[in-house]
Amino acid sequence: MAGHSTYVPKTAVGRWFESRLPIVGLIHSSFVVFPNPRNLNYLWTFGGILAFMLVAQIVTGITLAMHYTPHATMAFGSVEHIMRDVNYGWLIRYLHANGASMFFVAVYVHIFRGMYYGSYKAPREILWILGVIIFLLMMATAFMGYVLPWGQMSYWGATVITNLFSAFPVVGETIVTFLWGGYSVDNPTLNRFFSLHYLLPFMIAGVVVLHIWALHVPGSNNPAGIEKKTDKDTLPFHPYFTVKDALALVVFIMLYCWFVFYTPNFLGHADNYIEANPAVTPAHIVPEWYFLPFYAILRAIPDKLMGVLAMFGSIAVLAFLPWLDTSKVRSGSYRPMFRFFFWLFAVNAVILGWLGAKPADGLYVIASRICTAYYFGYFAILFILGFVEKPSKLPASIAESVLGRQGSAAAVGASAAAEPNTKG
Amino acid sequence: MATTAAEPTRRDFLFIATGAVGAVGIASAVWPFVSQMAPDAATVAAGAPVDVDLTPVAEGQILKLFWRGKLIFVRHRSAQEIKDAQSVDVASLRDPEADAKRVKAGKDQWLVVYGNCTHLGCVPLGNEGAYKGWFCPCHGSVFDTSGRIRQGPAPTNLPLPPYEFVSDTKIRIG
Repeated sequence: MAGHSTYVPKTAVGRWFESRLPIVGLIHSSFVVFPNPRNLNYLWTFGGILAFMLVAQIVTGITLAMHYTPHATMAFGSVEHIMRDVNYGWLIRYLHANGASMFFVAVYVHIFRGMYYGSYKAPREILWILGVIIFLLMMATAFMGYVLPWGQMSYWGATVITNLFSAFPVVGETIVTFLWGGYSVDNPTLNRFFSLHYLLPFMIAGVVVLHIWALHVPGSNNPAGIEKKTDKDTLPFHPYFTVKDALALVVFIMLYCWFVFYTPNFLGHADNYIEANPAVTPAHIVPEWYFLPFYAILRAIPDKLMGVLAMFGSIAVLAFLPWLDTSKVRSGSYRPMFRFFFWLFAVNAVILGWLGAKPADGLYVIASRICTAYYFGYFAILFILGFVEKPSKLPASIAESVLGRQGSAAAVGASAAAEPNTKG
Repeated sequence: MATTAAEPTRRDFLFIATGAVGAVGIASAVWPFVSQMAPDAATVAAGAPVDVDLTPVAEGQILKLFWRGKLIFVRHRSAQEIKDAQSVDVASLRDPEADAKRVKAGKDQWLVVYGNCTHLGCVPLGNEGAYKGWFCPCHGSVFDTSGRIRQGPAPTNLPLPPYEFVSDTKIRIG
């Protein structure tokens, strides 16, 4: 999407087409010759993995929609019909349900990678904010998808989450009634959630296009956090990164398949195999694992409105990260103090997730409050850190960070050994 | 420009008028798409009043029923439960409301409240919690025998549905 295209079609038909719609050249410049920093590690393969997961969810989801019935009296039965009667229905449904979890596994790695290596810093702020928007759309999609089987967890999850909006003064109750299309979660709610669950992935795909577009303006950040300066700092996307991405994807799919084939319900809740009953709430209602840290923040605050605001705020604050982190150095590898607080933040997020699954009383509530305080405190610490931290010395170039000073010198000397571009 | 800066031209008028008509047009086109999200006619029609016969509800029992798709508790309170509800210092409550305001005069034994927690809508469990009213298992809200919030995150008391006694043993909800 940037002007790197050197693509010249080999055939006359190709040239005729390219002069009318230069899409092959666009793909060529974006995913074939695009110069990536040569030091990208495996954490940079999660973008590709996420693209795969989005496609996988759309393919399995559209297939499931051919067999599913979005009606309060028939939805639960139609999911069982998919599991028992439809050829390979069990496989497609388990791929879709576990696919949602794997999608979030990948997105959390992707987000934490960006946070560690400072990928949100200038000139990549818009890229980062588009990522936060994708994350929000993913959460909305996953939530509505979880409602569709119309089990007990579906129903009560929908009730609790839609009721979050009732916390807003004056208009809250009206918003909730309009979300429900009735006076409680019922068939109209299920219908519109199905419609939106089908729509949102395509909106995600649209924002992903913008995300990649914004990425290809400055190019990828890298573990050294310094910009590419010369050709020696980069390698073409194909074959170097297509192969690296493909290897990571295959390993990731193995993990995905392990869940699908060996423990497909491990990440779900048994209560969701009981049909929705508006008269009884399950004893332990918890969201899916990927929402647990935010759920813990909601429950940590003893006030309803403040709890809801804190929960939404915990996601919204990410969008402001480019301006909350005042350090000029991008990569955490060169920020000794940052590293400590970053890893504490990561551990804190995991503990919040654990607390979100625990009952909301006693020590759990106190622990949730401490962890919530640090979650928000981290962003304040980042702000101060930029002024007080002394970063370690940055490498002079990406090539130097990979090859060391000598390798860099050799590369400058145009040595063939240090110039993979010439190998093939 | 310098000569007529303060004087609106015919072009300015057309610009504003066109913009205003456009804005009204967009708003009226959007309205049906917002309005369709509201409860539909069938859902509203399902809100016709329902009669509930109280004779089979024994003392201490909590009847669950639905009106307009919403869960309602009809609780037959014991003398002790009524006393507990009445003896509370109203000023000390989060959502101050006397028990007498929450039941019909002379019908202290019958408490009729919506059955969804005012926090996030779960169904509280009857005869549980520190006040033996209701306890919500989701986020730990505790209600007393008058359905008033006493502990936990819920901001308000369990609301009362509109109802009246049509006879000594029958109520009409709605």
